[in-house]
Amino acid sequence: MALLDVRHLILHFRGVAALSDVSFEVAPQTIHAIIGPNGAGKTSLLNCISGVYRPQRGQVHFEGKDISGLNPAQRTQLGLARTFQNIALFKGMTVLDNLLIGRHTHQHSGVLGGGVYWGPGQREEIAHREVCEDIIDFLEIQHIRKKVVGTLAYGLQKRVELARALALEPKLLLLDEPMAGMNAEEKEDMARFIVEISEERGTTMVMIEHDMGVVMDLSHRVTVLNFGERIADGPPDEVRKNRLVQDAYLGEQHGIFE
Amino acid sequence: MRCGDFRETYAEDMAIFETSFARRMLFLFLGVLLLLPTFASAFWLDIGNRILIAVIAATGLNILTGFTGQISLGNAAFLSVGAYATAVFAGKWGLPFPVVIPLAGLVTAAVGMVFGIPSLRLKGLYLAVATLAAHFVIEFTITHWESVTGGVNGTSVPPARIGGLDLGGDRRLYYLVLALAVGLLLFAKNLFRTKVGKAFVAIRDQDISAEVMGVQVFKYKLLSFGVSSFYVGVAGSLLGYQAGIISPENFPITVAIDQLGMIIIGGLGSILGSIFGAVFITLLPELLRLVTGSLADSFPQLTTLFASLKMGVFGLAIVLFLVFEPDGMAARWHTIRNYWKLYPFSY
Repeated sequence: MALLDVRHLILHFRGVAALSDVSFEVAPQTIHAIIGPNGAGKTSLLNCISGVYRPQRGQVHFEGKDISGLNPAQRTQLGLARTFQNIALFKGMTVLDNLLIGRHTHQHSGVLGGGVYWGPGQREEIAHREVCEDIIDFLEIQHIRKKVVGTLAYGLQKRVELARALALEPKLLLLDEPMAGMNAEEKEDMARFIVEISEERGTTMVMIEHDMGVVMDLSHRVTVLNFGERIADGPPDEVRKNRLVQDAYLGEQHGIFE
Repeated sequence: MRCGDFRETYAEDMAIFETSFARRMLFLFLGVLLLLPTFASAFWLDIGNRILIAVIAATGLNILTGFTGQISLGNAAFLSVGAYATAVFAGKWGLPFPVVIPLAGLVTAAVGMVFGIPSLRLKGLYLAVATLAAHFVIEFTITHWESVTGGVNGTSVPPARIGGLDLGGDRRLYYLVLALAVGLLLFAKNLFRTKVGKAFVAIRDQDISAEVMGVQVFKYKLLSFGVSSFYVGVAGSLLGYQAGIISPENFPITVAIDQLGMIIIGGLGSILGSIFGAVFITLLPELLRLVTGSLADSFPQLTTLFASLKMGVFGLAIVLFLVFEPDGMAARWHTIRNYWKLYPFSY
């Protein structure tokens, strides 16, 4: 059974159609890429899945349940996590605090438990600190754990955002251009992390990415959007030969994928 | 031999005080504060009480405005709710103060949460105007609900008592105020190293992102209004006990602006900043009065200028801080402390 099942999404802003009748399925423990030219509706699609946008029509099913009516926080509690294209970290907080926010849905202490900070409240904080430290080790950001996020370089911020999403221990991770604006070395690191997350943690991922080399190498399945419509869906090899996809990218057959 | 400050457990790393030296200095300072009534004059004890009450109120406002990012101008009104609740619970019902003070806090928290509902839709300046409306709604209610509040004439609050213990007068009330201020500051400090406090800060920094991380934004905004108003309500209750007689004139809108000034000058989003700001803004007019008083013989016109001088200096202080130290006195304090930590090898 598909982990995520997106059915006939229609989203428009006034007259502009962002998504017209988009459907696709994501199988468990796979990396699923969404590609398409600028303005194809990729981020809108991700926003519909995570609940930031409400589509006019269509449903999103997660683990067989219809989650279309839930708000982003409720979807997160079910096991969805995401990163943003233009980094949306908590800039005034340290890296560690950003990750601890990721533990929010797993923690139970309230105002009194936290304010008194004695017994169960304290033990809970320390237990979750340990989970965060494991993720810090995993993504190799030990040296910046106490740095304020706003002061970090762009590539590191991207990595911290991935770490924060991982702190949620999601079943499905939505990555919006995880490698945008990175140099070759940073891209390699990020690709390695994505593969490791998939293989070691078994986390399913939906990834928007423009770097075709990365998409073709990493993903198990690719969905292609153009002007809000799904024009192709299949394994990378199949998609790269698709005539419609090549036309969408270049207007004519040109051999970008060779 | 230990040659540095090493932490071996997460509990140590998450402690409030980085070193045992800092903890010892704080206990020393608390000791001095405890002994204050034995040598301070009645004048300075009154100021001491007012400072500590302002610290509690400013911490409350900082929780809402500095940490959660919800600007509020309703603080003077929330203070009055705490004070009038005290007048009712202590004066009319004769309850002892250990019951009255938390009750006054809870009543204010409930009122604060009601007026926090617009924060679902409003942000920034728009929310500030909505809370300004809260101020006038509450002020109107208090002046017109005469059977409970005594209207414009005000009402009286009996001294804080329980059983045979009577905390009338500044000298005895001081210990109660000090204990509450220390307890509430510690509570706030703890709050911001745990789940709820971090959720508040997340809402301030990036509300959409906070929601995607699973924080129920509206619930936590209301919670922040509640916790903040609880602090302000406790401060209002203590103000009532200290003043003995309260009327709507004690809680003009300028009180709310003074408190906003405290957290801006002290440091938004800093518990320490609330303390610095409250001390600074409360002491400022007193120091000005002392200076103008001592100069009155040679420059008699100064005393007539005093009222405008106070507002001028207050405004100037805020402008200077916004220009030169936007992060407030707390940030400056950290800079100075870090300089001395490494002195004389400051690199």
